[in-house]
Amino acid sequence: MRWRRLWVALLLLPSLGGCSGIQTSLGGDGADGASFIRLFTIFLVVCGIMYLLVVAALAVAIGRRRDGGRRALTVDNGSHHESSPLVRSALVGWGALIAVGLIALTIASFFTDRSAAARARHSSFAVKIIANQWWWDVIYTTPDSSKIVHTANELHLPVGVEAEVELQSNDVIHSFWVPNLAGKQDLIPGRTTDIQLLPTRTGLYRAQCAEFCGTQHANMALVVTVESKADFLNWIAQQRRPAFAPASRLELAGYRYVTTRECSSCHNITGTPAGGQIGPDLTHLASRRTLAAGTLPMNRGNLYGWVADPQSQKPGSQMPTIGLAPNDLHAVVAYLERLK
Amino acid sequence: MSRPPKRPAAEKPQIVRDGPDLTGPELADRLDATWARPRGLIGWLATVDHKEIGIRYIVTALAFLALGGLMALHMRLQLMFPDSQWLGAGAFNETFTMHGTTMMFLFAVPVMQGVQIYLAPIMVGTRAMAFPRLTAFSYYMYLFGGLFLWTAHFLHFGPDNGWFSYVPLAGPQYGIGKRADVWAQTVTFTEIAGLAVAVTLVVTILKQRAPGMTLARMPIFVWATLVTSLMVIFSMPSVALVSGMLLSDRLVGTQFFNPVEHGDPLLWQHLFWFFGHPEVYIIFLPATGFVSEIVSTFSRRAIFGYPVVVLSLVSTGILAFGLWVHHMFATGLPRVGYSFYTAASMAVSIPTGLQIFCWIATIWEGRPRLQVPMLYVIGFIITFVIGGLSGVIIAAVPLDLQLHDTYFIVAHFHYVLIGGAVFPLLGAITYWYPKFTGRMMSERLGRIGFWTIFLGFQLAFFPMHFAGLMGMPRRVYTYPAGMGLELPNMLSSIGSAVVAVAVLMFVVNMLASLRAGVAAGPDPWDAPSLEWAVASPPPHYNFAHIPAVESRTPLWDAKDGLPVVHGLRVDERELILTSVISAAPDLREPSAVPSIWPFISAVAVAVTFICSVFSPWALAFGAVPAAAALIAWFWPKTPGANPEPQIT
Repeated sequence: MRWRRLWVALLLLPSLGGCSGIQTSLGGDGADGASFIRLFTIFLVVCGIMYLLVVAALAVAIGRRRDGGRRALTVDNGSHHESSPLVRSALVGWGALIAVGLIALTIASFFTDRSAAARARHSSFAVKIIANQWWWDVIYTTPDSSKIVHTANELHLPVGVEAEVELQSNDVIHSFWVPNLAGKQDLIPGRTTDIQLLPTRTGLYRAQCAEFCGTQHANMALVVTVESKADFLNWIAQQRRPAFAPASRLELAGYRYVTTRECSSCHNITGTPAGGQIGPDLTHLASRRTLAAGTLPMNRGNLYGWVADPQSQKPGSQMPTIGLAPNDLHAVVAYLERLK
Repeated sequence: MSRPPKRPAAEKPQIVRDGPDLTGPELADRLDATWARPRGLIGWLATVDHKEIGIRYIVTALAFLALGGLMALHMRLQLMFPDSQWLGAGAFNETFTMHGTTMMFLFAVPVMQGVQIYLAPIMVGTRAMAFPRLTAFSYYMYLFGGLFLWTAHFLHFGPDNGWFSYVPLAGPQYGIGKRADVWAQTVTFTEIAGLAVAVTLVVTILKQRAPGMTLARMPIFVWATLVTSLMVIFSMPSVALVSGMLLSDRLVGTQFFNPVEHGDPLLWQHLFWFFGHPEVYIIFLPATGFVSEIVSTFSRRAIFGYPVVVLSLVSTGILAFGLWVHHMFATGLPRVGYSFYTAASMAVSIPTGLQIFCWIATIWEGRPRLQVPMLYVIGFIITFVIGGLSGVIIAAVPLDLQLHDTYFIVAHFHYVLIGGAVFPLLGAITYWYPKFTGRMMSERLGRIGFWTIFLGFQLAFFPMHFAGLMGMPRRVYTYPAGMGLELPNMLSSIGSAVVAVAVLMFVVNMLASLRAGVAAGPDPWDAPSLEWAVASPPPHYNFAHIPAVESRTPLWDAKDGLPVVHGLRVDERELILTSVISAAPDLREPSAVPSIWPFISAVAVAVTFICSVFSPWALAFGAVPAAAALIAWFWPKTPGANPEPQIT
């Protein structure tokens, strides 16, 4: 364990400037993430040895020319088609070494892959993620439809529990990737794919779309919160509640605007007349950590900026700039902040 | 070859053949008159000389390299800092699309084919390509395709979906405007050009080798050319087909890729990568051919393990067709099937590893001279092996699922393509420059240039391995601060500027040496293969007498000058055809004279293709002028005043 941490730290050395490790393949915060580090280390050692052999042989081969060239088989002594038996047997040895190394690596890769696939049969709860240009729709499905939790651009997982994530796409091909926890899985229109996540450490991680999906591919992130089972159950319970009612005159004005004007044609807020199904669910918007799929941190200033002009914050985004009057803007932001 | 008996028709002018009675300056003058092209613009456009066409390919491809390189610098400026505003999302996506499309379709493949067009006929000892007009046609198709793409880019309707143009993003529903159509039609242009060149190269190599040059005596570069040309013939139809399907989805509403109508987006990926993976070897294998030639010449010995190197080339060419799924490990295909592609991907490193052994063994047993081409070979081995080994890493499914579509992959394939193909290419240009121009490139500037590009490259691309491991996906126009990505991106941006300076130095060296270089003579490096037996630059007809070959290193082994074959016509363009395996003299064959029709045909086809982006009817209307031009091109020739006598 300790040596692994050490070399991971060494690998990350070039990134001295404040590495927070929330989005890294070397995090090892999930079962697949840990097996990645193990297998990667094996490959790195084997490949490193092969590389050193090649470079050393090259250096010696070039350096040898200094010894007068008596042993050289060149045009000048008429023996340029011959080859020494030593080098010929070295060729056979080198070929065998490559073959053995590759077989070993292939077997290591195969068993890592098998063990991941075998573990996947034991997942205990299901999440459905639907990718859109450029945000993530997240649905905690249960047989009881009144208990379904609908959120967007954030995923909460209990630590130590295998989650089965069902993946679909509404438009183009995307790829779901939480590097700290596991590898990638594409989301392909017309198909349902899946990935299993087994987080082993609590923490905040960042996931990001990994297949080019258009203009705002770079700003299609997802915050993954891995927490204790109790915290997770609390969160689920809080998410199941309908939206809070407006508590002030300003919030009420915002509520009226959101539920009767442009906003509600795309966005859903459970417990209100706003029932759009095109954009992210806003029921508990203010409880999330980011806005617009990880584009901006959640705070009042960014809410103002986003609602006033999404196109300057995330150019090409599907949310239009509608040009709210200042009074409406204040009201809408006040109401959105209420949606804890 | 024996002379055929003459017919009694005495009033006809004599058929003139080369031979002991006709040699030296008189033969040269007559051959020159027969093989020279007409002067003037028409003559320039009508040329069928493989050397002229090869040089045009190389120069055009280098111009596209410069454009693609500018795109790369643009991207590195944008990514130099987190949350940068230099380019913005839309422009960045256009930029990386143009970079990838240009480098793959307009630089890497055409530049390799250009060198092959120039060198392969001389290296096998013949006077012209097998189908010289088709070669000319291919160049114009390539040029028009490249101009079309870049014109569209400058007019702001260039492609922006990546060089791989995945559907449905590039399909009719999400790929709005004409951007994806431009991409698909550019691919059609370059595929036609690439296929045409491949066919002519295969025929030239198999049928026009000098007598005595058996398959087992062919220079390694010619073997590499043969293997890559066959790969082109088997792989490019796949992408031509799939880009055609994309166009018809977009233009006439077919539903090949639409899942709602029982199409399949993954069909695109299978067909694209069935071409796309061999494509990498189509770029890389000619480069290994350069390396084999350079290593042999500068170590002053024949390549070690010739059969091993040849079989490595052939087996790499075959294995390349069984790997394409490793680009699709994240799509969720059945996992057991993946294991096959992992094993196949790793297996490629066996032939490649053996080739590397053979190069090092050649140096080991010879006496290396460290001139600039050899420096590039050494830089190639040191750099390319890193890319090859990182390729082994990403062949493993569990590792690839993390590293796929991250900057680790960007690092990997630039190590393979720049380290593995561009370094040998720069070495090869330095090596054959005296043959192309008659003058040497500056050794001093060449050395400075080599070290600049070698070190600049490592600075630009080595940190990308870390950026990828630290979670930076590809094709993102920006990345947030505080994730540890600042330093590797800054280093990469600085390195890319150093690489740009080095490329500039190389170009300056090329241009300056054109006038100021030392005169080279036919064989400045004391090299073994046939291209060094002719003057630098070679005459239009390449060889005054076709040489007869008795070993793999003819110029080293024939101490008293090459033995030659007599009896080819001097008053008409004529070639000698030999048998496929043993290169026994077989037939004399006329070779096409210059013609403007390949150019006119290319114009007609180009207009058709470009208009078809806007209306499917263009294919119907454009077929008429294209057919007319092709008919004129292939119009049967009436026998000349002096037809070939029958052998009775």
